[in-house]
Amino acid sequence: MEFAELIKTPRVDGVVLHRPFMPTVEGTLCLTGHHLILSSRQDNTEELWLLHSNIDSIEKRFLGSLGTIIVKCKDLRMIQLDIPGMEECLNIGSSIEALSTLDSVSLMYPYFYRPMFEVIEDGWNSFLPEDAFKDLEAMTDEWRLSEVNRDFRVCTTYPPLVAVPRDVDDDTLRKAAGFRHGGRFPVLSYYHKKNGMVMMRSGQPLTGTNGRRCKEDERLINATLRPGKRGYVIDTRTISVAQQAKARGGGFETEANYPQWRRIHKAIERSNVLQDSLVKLVEACNDQSHSMDRWLSKLEASNWQTHVKEILTTACLAAQCIDREGASVLVHGTEGTDSTLQVTSLAQIILDPACRTIQGFQGLVEREWLQAGHPFAQRCSMSAYSNSKPRHEAPGFLLFLDCVWQVLRQFPCSFQFTEQLLVLLFEHAYASQFGTFLGNSAAERVRLSLPEKTVSLWSWVNRPQEIDHLSNPLYEPNSLVIWPSVAPQSLLLWEGVFLRWNRSPRCQEEAHEEMVHIIEYNKELQNKVNSLRRQLAQLETQEPPLQTP
Amino acid sequence: MEHIRTPKVEQVRLLQRRAGQRKPLLGTLYLSATHTIFVENHPETRRETWVLHSMVSGLERPPGGPTGSQLVLRCKDFRVFHLLFPLERDCVEVHASLTRLSRPESYSELYCLSINPNTNQEEREKSWSLVLPSQDYQRMGLPNNLWVATAANSEYKMCDSYPAQLFVSRWASPAVLMGSSRFRSRGRLPVLSYFHQDTLAAVCRCSQPLSGFSGRSEEDEQMVTAVMKANPGSDFIYVVDTRPRLNAMANRAAGKGYESEDHYGNIKLHFSGIDNIHVMRSSQQRILDVGEQRTPSMSDFLLGLENSGWLKHIKAVLDAGVFIAKAIADEGVSVLVHCSDGWDRTAQACSVASVLLEPYYRTMKGLMVLIEKDWVSFGHKFSHRYGHLDGDPREVSPVLDQFLEVLWQLAQQFPCAFQFNERFLLDLRTLAYSCQDGTFLGNSEKERRSLRLQERSFSVWSRLWRDREKYWNPLYRAEQSQTQGVLRPNTTPYCFKMWKGLYSPAETPAPPAQTPVDFLSSVREGSQQLEQQLANQQEVADALRQRVRFSFWRELSEL
Repeated sequence: MEFAELIKTPRVDGVVLHRPFMPTVEGTLCLTGHHLILSSRQDNTEELWLLHSNIDSIEKRFLGSLGTIIVKCKDLRMIQLDIPGMEECLNIGSSIEALSTLDSVSLMYPYFYRPMFEVIEDGWNSFLPEDAFKDLEAMTDEWRLSEVNRDFRVCTTYPPLVAVPRDVDDDTLRKAAGFRHGGRFPVLSYYHKKNGMVMMRSGQPLTGTNGRRCKEDERLINATLRPGKRGYVIDTRTISVAQQAKARGGGFETEANYPQWRRIHKAIERSNVLQDSLVKLVEACNDQSHSMDRWLSKLEASNWQTHVKEILTTACLAAQCIDREGASVLVHGTEGTDSTLQVTSLAQIILDPACRTIQGFQGLVEREWLQAGHPFAQRCSMSAYSNSKPRHEAPGFLLFLDCVWQVLRQFPCSFQFTEQLLVLLFEHAYASQFGTFLGNSAAERVRLSLPEKTVSLWSWVNRPQEIDHLSNPLYEPNSLVIWPSVAPQSLLLWEGVFLRWNRSPRCQEEAHEEMVHIIEYNKELQNKVNSLRRQLAQLETQEPPLQTP
Repeated sequence: MEHIRTPKVEQVRLLQRRAGQRKPLLGTLYLSATHTIFVENHPETRRETWVLHSMVSGLERPPGGPTGSQLVLRCKDFRVFHLLFPLERDCVEVHASLTRLSRPESYSELYCLSINPNTNQEEREKSWSLVLPSQDYQRMGLPNNLWVATAANSEYKMCDSYPAQLFVSRWASPAVLMGSSRFRSRGRLPVLSYFHQDTLAAVCRCSQPLSGFSGRSEEDEQMVTAVMKANPGSDFIYVVDTRPRLNAMANRAAGKGYESEDHYGNIKLHFSGIDNIHVMRSSQQRILDVGEQRTPSMSDFLLGLENSGWLKHIKAVLDAGVFIAKAIADEGVSVLVHCSDGWDRTAQACSVASVLLEPYYRTMKGLMVLIEKDWVSFGHKFSHRYGHLDGDPREVSPVLDQFLEVLWQLAQQFPCAFQFNERFLLDLRTLAYSCQDGTFLGNSEKERRSLRLQERSFSVWSRLWRDREKYWNPLYRAEQSQTQGVLRPNTTPYCFKMWKGLYSPAETPAPPAQTPVDFLSSVREGSQQLEQQLANQQEVADALRQRVRFSFWRELSEL
């Protein structure tokens, strides 16, 4: 076994662990292939079980023969281990570094993890495209499920089944795929039941500098328009970025070739810029010595809140085109696997009440992120503390979750789930015992046999006790379209993630418990009143009703 | 009324953006002795907008256009009304009338004194007895063997901005009181503000000493020693000068200043660095501008927030309170608090510390009595600070606003600790400016007494107490607030947010979302009704059961 070679010192006694908001623990540190474990071997103190894959970076310090390792996690937590003995400390440090940066997917923990809970419903089958299509079929017959990508040849990042206009044949799709970045031809993302308008997504058209066109691509997207109606192309890039893309073979839909479409450019930033923002933001949040002025200027300089605002604004724009203008929309950026998905998924949160339920939100993440080919393995391999230069890392999914949190905070009664579900998805996207977020696309997941060899996160989430834990006590189904305010005054820093380890959660937890208590008490009373009413009815049948109540 | 030149103008357009309004309303504008009233023409809604003249903080006449003449009405609660008059003459007349009406020259012109409260004498008297500082001293177990009441100021002769009822250290003789008062700015000698029953430490307040560079007063030094002696548990006290150190030093040149640790042998000096009223006034104007920006970028907003300095000042006020609360609760050391005159920053620091230390002050009644004691009775100059009368604009400053905002920031961190909600703080703030009641009128207890306010007006507290259901925080649990005991807030800069409800209420989602407070309040109300229903049903069921049992026995006996 290769793990054993990497573990030079598997066990050290007398290690002291410091964690935020928890008492320090002294105990034995053990390294296994996948976990860093610290146990005091006493019943009353909680053990630490940390996945190596959750470790972003470590920092070693020495004071005499006492070594200290600061472990910085991808969920932004920092813990400190005081290890007696210089050699032990060095060994532990290098083992952690090696074990937390394993290259081979098949050595990842999800392949070794066996669930300690009963799987009621296999999450790998919970959100299949064919099931989602059944809901669509119930609403309209204008769309069909195409198997053109059955073997992932037309588009390596699409799922085997995609929804496309009924009257467009697979040959047309193949040709359109040749004209779109990464073969990502326009497919259905969302059908707005209220007025039959749709949102599609794709990669950028490959017009290049000489203005290439593709009749099939034009036919494909025009097929989604009602007679005499115009649609909107929302390009998540600024016009100048889109212009520059032409030199590399990309481009955008020109008025001449797409006369029925109005193009709008927005300015959502690209991966490396976002990663840089995350690093700056987390750095600012972790420095408690800042003065107010310095904190605000660091927060501003990180640009994180600017990204949140831009993404939400673009999602509102897409939703507005569909709901208010009664127009169909095509969304794309460059590859169509990042900013595009942020916009299409958030627009659905705004438009579709079903996406605001616990199941519906999982379905949305499955459809618009996992199936749609957001490269999770690349994007989430490192987080804010990583020392190495980012290559493909970017917190695009975290930004999406942040935006959902902003909407949830503005509509605290319209979501079936609490912030906890969003935090949970953030954690598992970066490090998990489940296979859900492994791989970069549906094709890779098949190749890695994830459904057969690993457990799905959804299998765990969709158990009654977990659902209960994630439920929002204030939830009242709201069938309306909800428009969040995107003014900077309305957008806050997501404390639940960025200040999670800097502030004690106790008071917020108490408030949550109190909410649950108020609502449970009301239900209890309701039940008592109902049962007493039944008893009364029974009593009344035994004896003629009283003359005076 | 002689100041109203035009009582009524028709076909006026009114736009209020802060309320999220996009299109102007068409209607009729009326000027009364106390209010500007706008009634919408629309026959179905006929919406009415009332603005108290005393709430108007500014009037502007921007250049008119072809559609008419404009008048912009700015209010002290930050509402802004844009009025458009078809005729310039009307606009000029209304402008002139309101300019005079919004700047009353004497108290008797104010709303609360222009109505006749004699109609309900009993209710009026009851309203003034609802909240009394004396009740609070009693609650703290005073007088006791450490702190005693003194009659030295019963005629306001020793200090005209202090209340008649004062509690001082048992070890301070009348001569020491007199001498100390003479050595303090405006005679504001060290007296008790809050007594902590658990540790026997006390928060005391005063104004700066008239020490200059080397002046000293034996009596004042004895007075400070007496404060220390009143706390058997410690051999020194903290003197918290809430000003920035530089300001305090500059005051020495004017014969004032701060206590020298050499002269007062048993003190430790601490500066809190809260800026003066002029800095605060312009800072609030800047954060207000930030809140009212039409379509700012995120950077505009965050840089604007930083440049306003507002949150920095809020943090300084809270930090001062935290320092005092820690000294009292953790170290058991008494604290003497002052600034320059001891009626602005001192009031803030003492009352913030009291709220942190004492769960009672986190209830509605408790906050009322705290403000009545630390602010109203101790001569916080309400009429000057909140511009009740036409006067020196340099006297106006949002001192109470900052205290209320600190409470709001605390409630963000401790959602279950306060009995009241945000609405309570906002309405309380408005009432401090609007003078609808007598409580906040004038600048000292002496002045209020000479105005005979208790005979001529109502107390503000009965108004708020009457609406208490509206102000209830559904998450509040008395026991929880008790167990939390001393609040220990995190004051790292990232814990402070812009108070959107005050500075930027127009930016809301659509459709307006129900707040957790509203939602939970209605659930609680529902639960109360169910409890009632359950009790009624239980009664009916018991009666029925008894009849069934009775008829069963009857049938049995007939067998």
